[in-house]
Amino acid sequence: MNIIACVKQVPDTEAQIKVKADGSGIEDGQIKWVMNPYDEYGVEEALRLKEKNGGDVTIVSVGPARSMETIRTALAMGADKGIHICDAALDNADAFVTASALAAAIKGIPYDIIFCGQRAIDDDSGQVGAMLAELLGIPQLTLVTKLDFAGSSVKVIRPIEGAQLSIETSLPCVVTAQKGLNEPRYASLPGIMKAKKKPVDVKNAAALGIASDVKAKVAKVVPPPARAAGKIICGDDAAQKAAELARCLREEAKVI
Amino acid sequence: MAKGVFVIAEQRDGALRKVSFELASAARKLADQTGNEVSAILLGSGIESLAAELGKFGVDKVFVGDNAALEPYVTEAHAQVVAKILKDNDALIALFGASVQGKDLSARVAAKLAGGLATDCTDVKVDGGKLVAIRPMYAGKCFGEVVFNTTPGMASLRPNVFPAVENAKAGAVTKVDVVIDAVKSKVLEVQKDTSGKVDLTEANIIVSGGRGMKGPDEYKILEELADVLKGTVGASRAAVDAGWRPQKDQVGQTGKVVSPNLYIACGISGAIQHLAGMSSSKCIVAINKDAEAPIFTKADFGVVDDLFKVVPELTTACKKLMA
Repeated sequence: MNIIACVKQVPDTEAQIKVKADGSGIEDGQIKWVMNPYDEYGVEEALRLKEKNGGDVTIVSVGPARSMETIRTALAMGADKGIHICDAALDNADAFVTASALAAAIKGIPYDIIFCGQRAIDDDSGQVGAMLAELLGIPQLTLVTKLDFAGSSVKVIRPIEGAQLSIETSLPCVVTAQKGLNEPRYASLPGIMKAKKKPVDVKNAAALGIASDVKAKVAKVVPPPARAAGKIICGDDAAQKAAELARCLREEAKVI
Repeated sequence: MAKGVFVIAEQRDGALRKVSFELASAARKLADQTGNEVSAILLGSGIESLAAELGKFGVDKVFVGDNAALEPYVTEAHAQVVAKILKDNDALIALFGASVQGKDLSARVAAKLAGGLATDCTDVKVDGGKLVAIRPMYAGKCFGEVVFNTTPGMASLRPNVFPAVENAKAGAVTKVDVVIDAVKSKVLEVQKDTSGKVDLTEANIIVSGGRGMKGPDEYKILEELADVLKGTVGASRAAVDAGWRPQKDQVGQTGKVVSPNLYIACGISGAIQHLAGMSSSKCIVAINKDAEAPIFTKADFGVVDDLFKVVPELTTACKKLMA
């Protein structure tokens, strides 16, 4: 089967994010870049499907030149080949532009199932998987924590607030991966060596025939609002502190 | 010219979800500022009577799509109907709930309309007659101000952030002809959580435990406090990765982003990835024996002491206050 996994390179979760003085974005000099954690679950599920059912896994990523490291990481985990959509015109892409670029690249190759992370932990938009599905005219299954493949269809579990849904859909489809889907593997040393020789096709916006004008634009980035200094609750023992805390929550904060 | 502020109401099992009223109230404000009407889109089966409830929260007009194919929610079906209504009415602004369903739906609708969407917004306003959305990025490590080059400007609003304010309007029903092209997905089963606990993203009060809880059984004291406060128990990544709590309980950058009225962090040091997930809470309490723990920099109230002593005492104190 032909399996696609979309990946994005993002700042590590431990990264301190500093806003540029002019509000145009974030300072990215000191950042350690990693594969978006939710995309790792997608890549892992793609590899497991391939190992069980045969076929190959193609990694597709939109991002600047450094994104090649993330594609290589996925190849080192066991994916077969990659497509790197790399174009300065896409540096400020919104979800629609990104999804359009992915759709244009994927349209040209055979696919049965496409994995995306449920959201990228940088812009936190969580839109690309659904948009990609719409642009390809296929169903989407978002926030998936379990997937069963049954030939021409898949059955998945997706948690919603206060319930779990079991949903079935026909292939091809887009699945967005949520934590809990699997435990992603680490790339092995031989895997890393092999990955260096695996083919990665680099394409720009013109080659894909897509427009780069965004629909939603982040006009300004600001630091989070500062919180006023807190109050340390004093008391002789735990009981006194607890009683004082309860009083503060009721009388000052009025939250209980 | 595009006109009208639309909200996409969310109902489950014939009841509107709280976020629907939050959307209606936020939309009312935007509509009043721009001289527009508020319209709601309400989809499902046998749900027309819910329109009046939306009217109470400031909705002028309710587009009701009543059809068995719209119950339960299936992305492809709902997205077709919502996109058509927004397009046919040349909507100026469309607001969705940033719930699981709302996020799933809004992105599909935005792609159908080739439009812009801002996810999980914590504030919305109008500037020059157009929507401007404020939203956390990097799980709240910074905020982005989003403007739209297309109409409608679309945003999903984070539950629990926007107040639901009663403001009676007509809530007049307009029935919509529902035409749905082939839908490939099917909901086979809905397995309800029978614990009776509110989901973390919708909880008013969260009692959360981290590595300092030492093990899964110790969460009992947090459950007891949460029961008294009618809250929900959450956990840090450390606690989930250790297998002490299920994945659905995780608060943080790779878990749920929450904004309750009260967040009580017990034995949570406050790793940046955790802080990112809860710093939009209205009141934050930290209970930790390490006075240097970063969580105290975010806390409105801090208790530096052994949580195993403080939490049971706090449960007793709250029980007394709330009796």
